[in-house]
Formats: sequence, C-alpha cells, structure tokens
Amino acid sequence: MNIYLQTLKRDLRVAIRNPSSVLNPLLFFIISVSLFPLAISPEASTLSQIAAGIIWVASMLAVLLSLNALFHHDFENGVLEQMVISHHSLPLLILSKITAHWILTGIPIILLSPLLGLFLFLDGESVKVLMLTLLLATPSLSLIGAIGASLIVGIKNSGMLLSLLILPLYIPILIFASSAVSQAQFGLDITGQLYFLAAILVASIMTTPFVSSIALKISLE
Amino acid sequence: MPSLNVNNLSCQRGYNQLFSELSFEVNSGDVLRITGTNGSGKTSLLKILAGLNAAEEGKITLDNHPVKSDEYQSEVFYLGHLSALSAELSSIENLEFLTGLNQSIDQQRLIEALNKVGLEGYENEHCGKLSAGQKRRVILAGLFVSNVKIWLLDEPFTALDPQGVKIVEECISKHCAQGGLCLFTTHQDSALPDQKVLAL
Repeated sequence: MNIYLQTLKRDLRVAIRNPSSVLNPLLFFIISVSLFPLAISPEASTLSQIAAGIIWVASMLAVLLSLNALFHHDFENGVLEQMVISHHSLPLLILSKITAHWILTGIPIILLSPLLGLFLFLDGESVKVLMLTLLLATPSLSLIGAIGASLIVGIKNSGMLLSLLILPLYIPILIFASSAVSQAQFGLDITGQLYFLAAILVASIMTTPFVSSIALKISLE
Repeated sequence: MPSLNVNNLSCQRGYNQLFSELSFEVNSGDVLRITGTNGSGKTSLLKILAGLNAAEEGKITLDNHPVKSDEYQSEVFYLGHLSALSAELSSIENLEFLTGLNQSIDQQRLIEALNKVGLEGYENEHCGKLSAGQKRRVILAGLFVSNVKIWLLDEPFTALDPQGVKIVEECISKHCAQGGLCLFTTHQDSALPDQKVLAL
C-alpha cells in the first residue's frame, strides 16, 4: 500500500509542476460546453433538454484528451521499465497512476459541472444528479481508458487509435449517465441507471489494472 | 551465495537471430562484461535477464528462482539506456521513487549517495535542468543504496567523465567483493579487476 501512495504522490507532483498537461483537457471541457449555446440556441428550454448530453460528451472527450499522457512520459523516460521489473504488483502501480489521473481530470470535471450545468439552465436537482453520475462514472472513464493508453503507449501519434479503441467502451457509460440526468429532469426514478454505473465502476476496478498491466508488458517488449 | 544460471537462451528480433543456445553462469563476486558489436543483442540480453523481455527459448534462474518470479525480481537492479528520471522532479525525489520500487530507504542515505557520485548541492535541482552526465549520475547513485544481489547495467559509463567512470567501477568492485554479482555492457575498456567477458 505504501508504494501505491508513493506512486500517487509522485504522479501528482509531476502533474502540478507541469500544469499544462492538466489544464488543457479542462479548458477543452469548458470551451466545448460553452460553445453549444452559441451554435444551437441560447433558449433555456432547448439547452436544458440537451445539457446532460453536452456535459457528458464534453467530459468524455476531455478525459480522452488527457489519456495519452497517462503512461507516455514514463514510457519515454524509462520509469515504466523500472515499474515493470519492480517486484511490486504492477496492477497496483497502474491503479495508483489511474487514481492520480482521476484526481487531476475527473475531480475538476465534477467540480466544474454544477457551474456549466447552471450555465445550460439545468435545475438544481438535475445538477445534483449530474454530479452524482460524474462521481460514479469518471473513475470508470479513467480505468477503461488506461487499457487503451497502455496498448498504444509505444506508438507515436496514436491519439486517433486511442479514440477508436476506447470510445466504444465508453458508450454504455454515456447512455446510462445522460439518461439518469434526463430522467431526473422529469422527476423519474434513476436508481437503475445509478446501479449500472456503479456496477461498471466495480467491474472496472476489479479488471482494468490487470488488463492494463498485461498490455503494458506487451507494449514494452 | 547467489548464482545466476542462464541455459540455452535464444533471442530473435523480427527475422534477426541475435543469439541462440547461450549458456553461462555468474556466481557471487563475479563481474561479467558483455561485449559485442551494435545490434549483437547486448541490450536484449540484459532486458531478458531483467525480466523486461521474453526469450524465445531458454531458462534463467537465480538460486533456482526463475526470472519474473517475485524472489528473482526483488534481487535485480536494472539500469537501461533511458534515464528513468522525470524532468519535473528533483534528483532526490526521482531517486527516492526509483529506489522505493525495490526497497524503502531514508532520505539521508539518498543524499549521501548523491554526494558520492559528485552531485553535492544538486539534491533539489530538477532533473530537467541537469546535463546528460549528471542525469546518469543520479540514477547510478541508486547503486550506492542498493541491497539487491544482481546488477544489470547497460552501458553504465555512457556520458560519464573519467572521474565518474572510476566512481562506478569502484562501486561495482565493492558490490562484488560483498558477494553481489554484476553484468554490464560496454564498448569502452574497463579497469575492473577479474572481470569475465562474454562476447556476443
């Protein structure tokens, strides 16, 4: 567990000292959401209907944008090699890196979402549900994305490949999360969607660090 | 007394057979210098011995523990071509993390190790600002605090000045005198005494 915290601390320290890698996806998230009212309509009724979808698609793309850097720097400077040959559990080290990624990308998105939700005329109750879905599902985005990031770590200019690999796996999350917010707007029950998102999160925590560690070992060969 | 056994090791990269049926034994106190032309498989051999790459055939054991087992991996220090340093972190922070992957070491010992490789005063300097030779010294400082048995060093003298080479050679000699074993690749002459040579 000590090595988990050490790796987490190191990754957060590296990111704080290189803030552009953290800020770029967040700026993308804010800018893309704020462009929709200009392109579609500034009317409250129109925007509130599509707000959940807009915020969820933008957060997914923002996470995707940040995933390239998850293993890339450590691959290029050789730290990843040292992690792989370490006698510590590689899935645990990967889980630690994913946690750092979520803290740096997922949490800021969750914190920004109420502001952007209100900007798109979401009511207070729907904003709460939006935050809850993001809290349940952004860790899954980081976890599932880590599989793709580890598969493409040795390939240059692989952003498009990462999108092709990962976006299909994000679709169930997008469907359940945006449907939960939409249903909450009409006062309908959203328990089912939240259970599905929680189930995806549990399954992701249980499997993705292991899959990702196998993919990393293959990429390093 | 540790003993590294390599039996009938074969390695192929693409259509190129780098080496085949390679067998040797390295015992406690031995220094094995691996030589060969560019592309002869020196780095590949070290990576296989470190558990990073898989061999096509063959068996590697350390005291009967196979490569990639926890017992084997916990006894390996591998220094590759890459610096293994993050530019955003200081020398001491990088070293603390890298050594922490194998063992827990207090910061005072790490500072002493950095001093031994001639980096006194550079403990808090970000590695992105260091020269190639200084970066090499940071990672080599890990040797001074390492308590693992096998050192696998790929071109350890690259980018080092003669004084740096001497420090590393003394460190290797001391490690082997204490019962460790060291395998290293180099294109340079080495003043290490009693070294065995494996030509690929």
